[in-house]
Amino acid sequence: MGNWIENEGLSIFVILVWLGLNVFLFIWFYGVYNNGEEFFYTRKLLGFALPLARAPAACLNFNCMLILLPVCRNLLSFLRGSSACCSTRIRRQLDRNLTFHKLVAWMIALHTAIHTIAHLFNVEWCVNARVNNSDNYSIALSNLGDNPGESYLNFARRRIKNPEGGLYVAVTLLAGITGIVITLCLILIITSSTKTIRRSYFEVFWYTHHLFVIFFIGLAIHGAERIVRGQTAASRLEHNYKVCADNISQWGKIPDCPIPQFSGNPPMTWKWIVGPMFLYLCERLVRFWRSQQKVVITKVVTHPFKTIELQMKKKGFKMEVGQYIFVKCPKVSSLEWHPFTLTSAPEEDFFSIHIRIVGDWTEGLFNACGCDKQEFQDAWKLPKIAVDGPFGTASEDVFSYEVVMLVGAGIGVTPFASILKSVWYKYCNNATNLRLKKIYFYWLCRDTHAFEWFADLLQLLETQMQERNNAGFLSYNIYLTGWDESQANHFAVHHDEEKDVITGLKQKTLYGRPNWDNEFKTIASQHPNTRIGVFLCGPEALAETLSKQCISNSESGPRGVHFIFNKENF
Amino acid sequence: MGQIEWAMWANEQALASGLILIMGGIVATAGQFTKWYFGAYSIGAGVFVCLLEYPRGKRRKGSTMERCGQKYMTKVVKVFGPLSRNYYIRAFLHLGLSVPAGFLLATILGTACLAIASSIYLLAAYHGEQWIPIEPQPKERPQVGGTIKQPPSNPPPRPPAEARKKPSEEEEAAGAVGVSGGPQENPVPVIDEVV
Repeated sequence: MGNWIENEGLSIFVILVWLGLNVFLFIWFYGVYNNGEEFFYTRKLLGFALPLARAPAACLNFNCMLILLPVCRNLLSFLRGSSACCSTRIRRQLDRNLTFHKLVAWMIALHTAIHTIAHLFNVEWCVNARVNNSDNYSIALSNLGDNPGESYLNFARRRIKNPEGGLYVAVTLLAGITGIVITLCLILIITSSTKTIRRSYFEVFWYTHHLFVIFFIGLAIHGAERIVRGQTAASRLEHNYKVCADNISQWGKIPDCPIPQFSGNPPMTWKWIVGPMFLYLCERLVRFWRSQQKVVITKVVTHPFKTIELQMKKKGFKMEVGQYIFVKCPKVSSLEWHPFTLTSAPEEDFFSIHIRIVGDWTEGLFNACGCDKQEFQDAWKLPKIAVDGPFGTASEDVFSYEVVMLVGAGIGVTPFASILKSVWYKYCNNATNLRLKKIYFYWLCRDTHAFEWFADLLQLLETQMQERNNAGFLSYNIYLTGWDESQANHFAVHHDEEKDVITGLKQKTLYGRPNWDNEFKTIASQHPNTRIGVFLCGPEALAETLSKQCISNSESGPRGVHFIFNKENF
Repeated sequence: MGQIEWAMWANEQALASGLILIMGGIVATAGQFTKWYFGAYSIGAGVFVCLLEYPRGKRRKGSTMERCGQKYMTKVVKVFGPLSRNYYIRAFLHLGLSVPAGFLLATILGTACLAIASSIYLLAAYHGEQWIPIEPQPKERPQVGGTIKQPPSNPPPRPPAEARKKPSEEEEAAGAVGVSGGPQENPVPVIDEVV
C-alpha cells in the first residue's frame, strides 16, 4: 500500500552512493598503506597505526571536498533553473542540501576522530623509538637520518622523552600545529551548530561557522612537511626489503643493502579541495555583488502580533512562487544576512516579505524602518537594504501538479501567500492554461491575532472565485490549535452565522488539529489516478506526520493516486 | 548579540570537551602511553564534566529543550546549590580540571576545548547568567466537578436566561452551559436522581 520509494528513493540512493564511496576510499587506502612495498619499513615502526591514519585521511579529503558544495546557494539555484528539462524529482534532491551538508560534517568529525587517534599512537611510538624505549629494530630504523647523506624515516628527530616528546612534536611540526588548530576549529564549529544554538542564537552559529576558513587553509598545508615517509622508488631498486629486512646492522656495509632512502608523500589534499574552495569563493563574490545592487523600500506596513511587511523594488529582480531571499540591513548589522520567504507573487511589480519581530536583528529592523513611530515616515528616511536571492525551494513545483495540498503552520504560511496570490493572477489572466485544478489549503495557527494580513488575501480570493463561478477551486481549512473555554463558548453561539466569527470568511474556522488520515483518504478518493503534491512549511513533527501519511496513502503501482511530499525549511 | 545566553554555548562546548577528554584518556590508558595515569585522570575528569553539564539550564527567555532523561542529573546538580548555580565557579572549576590533562598529547585537545568552554562560562558569568534547573511543571489535574459548588437547581430542560431571576452574563453567552451561581427559586421541585 505504501509507496516509500516514490518519496524517498532518490535521496536514499544518493546517500548510499556517498557511503559506498567513503567505504571504498577507506578500504583502498588502508590497503595501499598496509600492503605497499614502499611502506614496509614505515610499518615496522608504526604497525597498524600507519594505514589506520591514512585511510580516514583519504575519506577526509573526499568529504572536505563535498562539504562546501551544498552551501553554494547560487550554484544550486542555477542548477535548479537549468534542470527545467529534468523531472521534479531531481530538483527535489537539491532541497535536501542542508541535510547533506550536516551528514558530511558528521562524517568529517568521525574520520577526524579516527585519524587523530591513529596519529596519537604514531607519535607515541615514534618518540619512544627515538629515545630507545622500544624494540631494537625500531630504534635502529629511527637512527636513520642522523648521519649526512641519510634521509629520515622517523619524523621525531630530537630525542625527547614522552610525554614531553610527543607534545614537542605536535607543536614544532607543521602537521602537528595545523592538526591541533583545525581540529579545534572543527569542534567549535560543531558545538555552535547544534539545533539549540542555531535556532536561538543565530549570530553565534553564523560567526563561529566562519572558522571554516581557517579549517580549509590549515587543511591545505597540513601535509606540506611530508612527514609520512616511504622508501623512494630509486632506493627500492638498490635496496630490496625482501633481501635486506633482517640484517639491518649490515646496511651500508654490504653492497646488496645500501642505506634505504625515504621521502614523504607530496600533499594531496589541496587537489581535492581547491575546486570547491574556488566555487565557494565565487559564491560569496556573487552574493556580495548581488548585495550591492540597489534595493528600494517602497512601503512598510505594520501588522498586528509583531509582524511587519516590507515592500521593495530592485532592478532586474525576478522571482518565482515560494522562493526566499536573504536580507541584510547595514544599519542594523553590517555582516548578518537573514532568510525570509517572499510573500508577493511574481506577477506583482514589487516584492514583499513579512517579518515577525522575535530577536535582536528583527527588532533593529523594526526601529530602523520607523515602525515604532506613529507619524508618517518619509521615504528617504528608510534604511538601505541589501538583498541576495531569490533562491528556489520546493514551492516552485506547485504548478506542475494538478492537485495540491498546501499545509502551513503559523508563520510557515508565508510561502503559500505567494503561491495563492500567484494563482489568483494566473487565474485572472488565463484560467484554461493553468495545470493546477484544485488546491486544498490547511492553515494551522495557534492564535487568532496572526490571521489579519492573510485573512484579507483569502477574502479576496474567496470573492474572486465566487465571481467566476469556481468556488470549488480553492478549498481552505483554518485550524485554530490553541483555544480556551471562553473562545469555545463564543464560537458555539455564533456557529450558525454565515461568516466566520474570527476571520470573516465564509468557510468556518475549525478547532484543534486536523485528522490527517481522514483528510488524505477523502482527497485520495476524490482524485484517483493523480499525482498530488503535498507542500509543508512547518515544524519537524508535522513533517514526519505528513510524510508518513503521504507514504501510506499512496498506491504502489504507477497508476493510482500518489502523494508526493515536499518540505521547506531554513 | 544582546540576547545571547552564552551559557548555552558554553554548555555544549563543555559537554563536547568532556567527551573528548574521555576519548583521549581511553587512548592513553589503553595504549599504555608513558605517564598513562594522566589519561586515567582524564577519563575521570571527562565523566565528571559530562555529568555536570548534561542537564541544560533554563533559558531566561523562551522555553528550553531538555536533553533526554536529564531530570535525574538535574536533581543531583541542584543539590550543590550556589556551587552549581554560579558560572564563575564553573568557569574556574573547568579551568582547573583541564590543567592536568594538558600533560599528555593524547588529552591536550580536551584541555584546549575545556579551557575554551571555561572562558565562555566566564563571559556568561560576567553577563550575570545563572544555572537555573528545569523543574517539571506540576500537572494541573482537572478536578472533576471542582467548579460545581451546588448541583443545578433546575432540572433540564431549563428555562431560558430571561426567565431566571438572576441571569449572569456568562450564562447568556454560554447558552446555559455551566453552573448557576447563587440560590434560585425552583419553578419545578428538584428530584435527586441517582444516575
